[in-house]
Amino acid sequence: MKFTSVFDIIGPVMIGPSSSHTAGAARIGRVARDLFGRQPKRVTIHLFGSFAETYKGHGTDVAIIGGLLDYDTYDERIKTSFADAEAQGLAFEFIPETAHTEHPNTARIVMEDDKGEMSVVGISIGGGKIEVSEVNGFKLRLTGGMPAILVVHDDRAGCIANVANCLAMHSVNIGHMEVSRIERGLTALMVIEVDQNIEDRVLQQISLIPNINKVSKINT
Amino acid sequence: MDVLFHNVRELVERAETEQKSIAMLMQEQEAAISGRTVAEIRAQMKNNLTVMATAVERGLQGVQSVTGLTGGDAVLLQNYIASGKGLAGDMLLDAVSKAVATNEVNAAMGTICATPTAGSAGVVPGVLFAVKHKLNPTEEQMIDYLFTTGAFGFIVANNASISGAAGGCQAEVGSAAAMAAAGVVEMAGGSAQQSAEAFAITMKNMLGLVCDPVAGLVEVPCVKRNAMGAANAIVAADMALAGITSRIPCDEVIGAMFRIGQSMSPNLKETARGGLAATPTGRAIAAKIFGGAVMQGE
Repeated sequence: MKFTSVFDIIGPVMIGPSSSHTAGAARIGRVARDLFGRQPKRVTIHLFGSFAETYKGHGTDVAIIGGLLDYDTYDERIKTSFADAEAQGLAFEFIPETAHTEHPNTARIVMEDDKGEMSVVGISIGGGKIEVSEVNGFKLRLTGGMPAILVVHDDRAGCIANVANCLAMHSVNIGHMEVSRIERGLTALMVIEVDQNIEDRVLQQISLIPNINKVSKINT
Repeated sequence: MDVLFHNVRELVERAETEQKSIAMLMQEQEAAISGRTVAEIRAQMKNNLTVMATAVERGLQGVQSVTGLTGGDAVLLQNYIASGKGLAGDMLLDAVSKAVATNEVNAAMGTICATPTAGSAGVVPGVLFAVKHKLNPTEEQMIDYLFTTGAFGFIVANNASISGAAGGCQAEVGSAAAMAAAGVVEMAGGSAQQSAEAFAITMKNMLGLVCDPVAGLVEVPCVKRNAMGAANAIVAADMALAGITSRIPCDEVIGAMFRIGQSMSPNLKETARGGLAATPTGRAIAAKIFGGAVMQGE
C-alpha cells in the first residue's frame, strides 16, 4: 500500500501553492539548517530543474529561506521570510542553474558562518516529501522521515564501533546505517538513522570520541 | 497491516454488516495502523477542519496570487449570490465560491489543508461549508465528513492515483469531487451504498480530465476546475440520494480512471507542455512570468 494514513489524503496542512515546490522546499531548507546545527549567517542556494524554472511563481525561494529560519511547512511567516532573514542577519543569494540533475526539483544549499561551512543537496520528490542526497560532497540518501545522526570523521579503524558503542550506552537503536568516504584514509561520513530523537548530550559525547570531526542531527 | 477495506465494495459491505458509518470505519482503521487513539486522530482532523474554515473565510475576503493570475473570483460570486440573480441556486453557487476561495488562498501562498492535494484543496471544504447551511451538521458530523471523504480518497490513492503528474486532473480534482460527493451523501443521511453511487457518478464525469497548468503554476485552470468539481459533487450527491445508481460499479470506475491516466500523454500530466498550457495565451503568460524560460516538468 502506497498510502497508509487518512492524513495523507486529508492533509498535510501547508502554505500553498504546491506541495512539491513550496512545502517540499521549506522542508529542504529546514533539514539543511538542522544539519548545520544552527542558523547560518550567509547562504547561497543553487536551484536546478523545475525549481530553477518556476521558483518565483511557486514561492520556492521564500519557502527555502523560511525553512532555514526554522519555519514549518504551515508557518505563515514563510511569506515574509526574506524580510525576517534580513532582520536576523541572514544574507542569502539564489542562483538558478541550467545544469541537468537526476531529479527535476533539486536545491544545493551552501551555508556559512564564522565557525564553519556546509553544503547540503535536497530533492523534493512529490507531495511534500523530500530527500537529502548529498552533504559536503558525500553522496547519501536521507528522507528526513526518521531521526538521524551524521558524523564526519577521519577514515580510521574503530571509529564506527566507537560511535555505535556510544549510542548503545544511551539505549539508542540504529535502524539504518551508511558509511562513505571520498578517499581512503582521509575523511569519511557515517549516516545513522535511529528510532528516537537524539538529545544534544549524546551528540556532544560522540563529538569527544577520537578522530570525530563533526556531528550533526535531524530530529523529527 | 490491519486494513479494514481495500476497495469500495469491501468498505460498503463492512459498513452494512457491522452497521457502522464509513467515517467510523476510516477512524478505526487509522487507529489500528497508527497506534494512536481515536481521540488523538479526531483532534488532528478537527485541526484540519479549522484550517479549511479559515482558508474559506480568507478567500471570501479577497486575495491575489503572487503572479496576479488568480484571486478575487470568490468575492465576485458572493456578490452575485447576494444580488439574487443566480441561476444555479444559491447553495450550489456558495459551494463553488468557497471552493474557489480555498484555491485562491492556496495560489496566494495562504495556509490550506491538501485534500487530497494542494491543487485540488478547494472541493472538499467548498462543498462542506455550503451544504452546512442546509444540513446544519454538528462539529463532530463535519469531522465525520472529512473521515468519509478520506476513506474514499484512501481507496483511490492506493488503487489508482491522486497525483496529476501520474493520472492527470481526473486524479486530483476528479478524486476530490467524488470524495466530496460521497461524504455529503453520508452527511445527508444516505446509505453507504448511496455514497458509493455518488462517488461513481461524480468520477464518471471527471474521467479524462487532463492536468495542463499554465506556466506550470497551480492557478490556471486549477482554481476553476475546483469550482466545477464542487458543483459536480453536489449534483451527483443529489442524484444518488434520489435513488439513481451507477451502471458501472464504483471500483470499476476507479479502475477506469487509473487506466485512462496511464494512457494519457505525458504532455497532459502536469508538465505544462500540452493543453491550455500550450495555447498561445498560455505560452505568453509563461513567458511573461518566467522571462521566456521553457517550461518542463512540474
